[in-house]
Amino acid sequence: MKCVLFISCYLLVSPGFVDASPYLPQSDAELLETLPARDETDRRMRDLQSQIRNRPNDWQAVQRLTTLLIERGRATSDPRYFGYAEANLQPWLNAATPHPQALILHATLLQNRHAFAPALQALDQALALQPRSGLAWLSKAAIQQVQGNFTGAWQSCLAARRGTPTLTANACLAAPLSMTGRLKEAQGLLQQTLAGEAEAPVADRQWAWTMLAEIDERLGDPAAAEVAYRQALAFPQASAYLLSTYADFLLQQQRYPEVIDLLKGETRADGLLLRLALAERRLQRAEASEHVQALQARFAAGRLRGETSHQAEEARFYLELAGNPAEALRLAEANWAVQREPRDALIFLQAAKAAAAPARAAPVLRFIAESGVQDTRLQALANTLGARS
Amino acid sequence: MIRILLLVMLVTGQAAHAHKSSDSYLQLHAQDDSLRGRWDIALRDLDYALGLDRNGDGRLTWGEVRAAAETIKAYALAHLALAANDTACPLQAGDLLIDQHSDGRYAVVPLSARCPKPVHSLSLDYSLFFDLDRQHRGLLTLQSGDAQQTAIFSPEVRQQHWNGISGEPAAGAWTRLQDFAREGVWHIWIGYDHLLFLLSLLLPAALIRESEGWQPKTGFKTTLGEVVAVVSAFTLAHSLTLSLAVLQIVSLPSRWVEAAIAASVLLAALNNIVPCVTHRKYWVAFGFGLIHGLGIASVLLDMQLSPQNIVWALFSFNLGVELGQLAVVAAVLPLIGYFSRYRYYPAVAMHAGSAAIAGLALIWLAERSLDINLISG
Repeated sequence: MKCVLFISCYLLVSPGFVDASPYLPQSDAELLETLPARDETDRRMRDLQSQIRNRPNDWQAVQRLTTLLIERGRATSDPRYFGYAEANLQPWLNAATPHPQALILHATLLQNRHAFAPALQALDQALALQPRSGLAWLSKAAIQQVQGNFTGAWQSCLAARRGTPTLTANACLAAPLSMTGRLKEAQGLLQQTLAGEAEAPVADRQWAWTMLAEIDERLGDPAAAEVAYRQALAFPQASAYLLSTYADFLLQQQRYPEVIDLLKGETRADGLLLRLALAERRLQRAEASEHVQALQARFAAGRLRGETSHQAEEARFYLELAGNPAEALRLAEANWAVQREPRDALIFLQAAKAAAAPARAAPVLRFIAESGVQDTRLQALANTLGARS
Repeated sequence: MIRILLLVMLVTGQAAHAHKSSDSYLQLHAQDDSLRGRWDIALRDLDYALGLDRNGDGRLTWGEVRAAAETIKAYALAHLALAANDTACPLQAGDLLIDQHSDGRYAVVPLSARCPKPVHSLSLDYSLFFDLDRQHRGLLTLQSGDAQQTAIFSPEVRQQHWNGISGEPAAGAWTRLQDFAREGVWHIWIGYDHLLFLLSLLLPAALIRESEGWQPKTGFKTTLGEVVAVVSAFTLAHSLTLSLAVLQIVSLPSRWVEAAIAASVLLAALNNIVPCVTHRKYWVAFGFGLIHGLGIASVLLDMQLSPQNIVWALFSFNLGVELGQLAVVAAVLPLIGYFSRYRYYPAVAMHAGSAAIAGLALIWLAERSLDINLISG
């Protein structure tokens, strides 16, 4: 089996390998690379760069450029922008007393590559300098939530309330509520706030609707979840998080053609490409193998760099696309050490089940029991595994 | 080795033009007092640093890259410092080439250096792009003799140091013996053709050919004697040609060798069905063993060992091969001895078993001599 997999991998990629030796282009006109879009944002970024070169102490320009770079990185799923943003902040982080805003932006970038511990450190440093920064508290809450520290997240959300718009503050609170056995309460809080805050910023309302949809899903009410997802998707520009959660919802309901419609062309972010490939595989579409190959290449490239931020997705790849539950379980375990959201628990339990190693699921089962997290899918899986371990 | 190759293939597969973080790929090969290698740097990163896209149309052509070739080379060399035996050993850049990676095209800077003395220790100081992109990584592969090392350069880890380059084996003799012996055991374990050949010769070991057909031998001693003779002859022969091939005294086309090995398995198996040679099988084992040795050698030849290491590697590898082979014989022999006493043994093991082996060998033979794929895929 291993051999078949190995050789098919080789055959899949060998066309690329054949012409992979360095060459001397034959003509000056040969197009080698299409560079990122030279649009209005790009022009603004270049202007800011030269402005900073002339006046390195202009924090406003640095902050604007960093924000633009992060936004562009998110919009294009191109991680190079995050690297540029980090380099841009570096002088301000190395200062004797770093600028609190620089620390918060740095934390965002660290969080983005799943370096949660250093991100929390940066936020604590920022909060020591600026204890009332709502943004720092919100960022801290988001990380604590991902790490499964719901008490901490709850306290950070409470601290963030002052100076934070109601919708954002309540959505922040709903997250830890929903994970500690108070799912109904979280649902009510979100519904109520969404009804009252029609003027809140689009991104915040989209976030709240997404969260509500996830809560409905975990309550085992797919009809309500569908309505909430539709609301979230009605805003212009769906976030990658929303797309991936909704794709998971559709995959769960075996609505594969809809997944393909939703994610067609979204091949840049690994998480979205993974879900697209899953749907294509189910429908036996020709594109599936190309996309599986692309994912494999990206994970391989990440491993060469020593990156570990894709472990949850990689686990799912090995479980559902490469048919290697043992590797999937290894990755899911490593991921669990870093993040503990319901989706992380789910892939862990699925991998443990597929690898016929229910005993190794014990940490997740304990976590589910202790936190009181409610999730119908998780519960069902935990019951079958709990009975066997 | 294969894993690394697979990774490289995966990375160079070009179907997907993905976004990924910035990496450069630095490959260096150290031998005696010289170093050579290549450094693949993404054109996109070079454009970000140096502004290669002169006309600003977002399309980078070879003309634009070629015009900046000297700048690129100077920029690259300014961000990589090399010291051999604690003395600076400046790198030279050759003519710029282009290569494709998973996230686009890269400039390939050929590198070379001639150091004052044979390189025993090496330090690298890497600082490319760290000021522009904190997520940039330099991925290094350092080859010296048969040893390969990899390292990742990051803004936090800009310096790396290696001892024991070229000539001095990085690992101790005992570790290397274990490594190569393990490789030998593994090779014989996955080399079904060698094992099936031996098995075909051993299947009738506990039988004696008489006019009315196969009869069990009386006494285990004669059986053991024959097995020892066959295994020893095979071992002696393949060790001989393995050594000659690895020391590059004998060299035959590998396709021919592989086909001849398949043919030997076929003949040995057919001999059990239509007996031709029934006595003194050790001569068969010896004769064909010579060819099997050439096949076994291919693994070591692929490793491209340096002359200093080759004898020790050969010895350890051969030891592993023999150990693996003995383990298989030790496992199979009691079974052969036990089942030979049954009346159905000649029909089942000798005929059906050998027919299966012959069938497989025939497919190998076709594949290897015609260079086609029937079952391997």
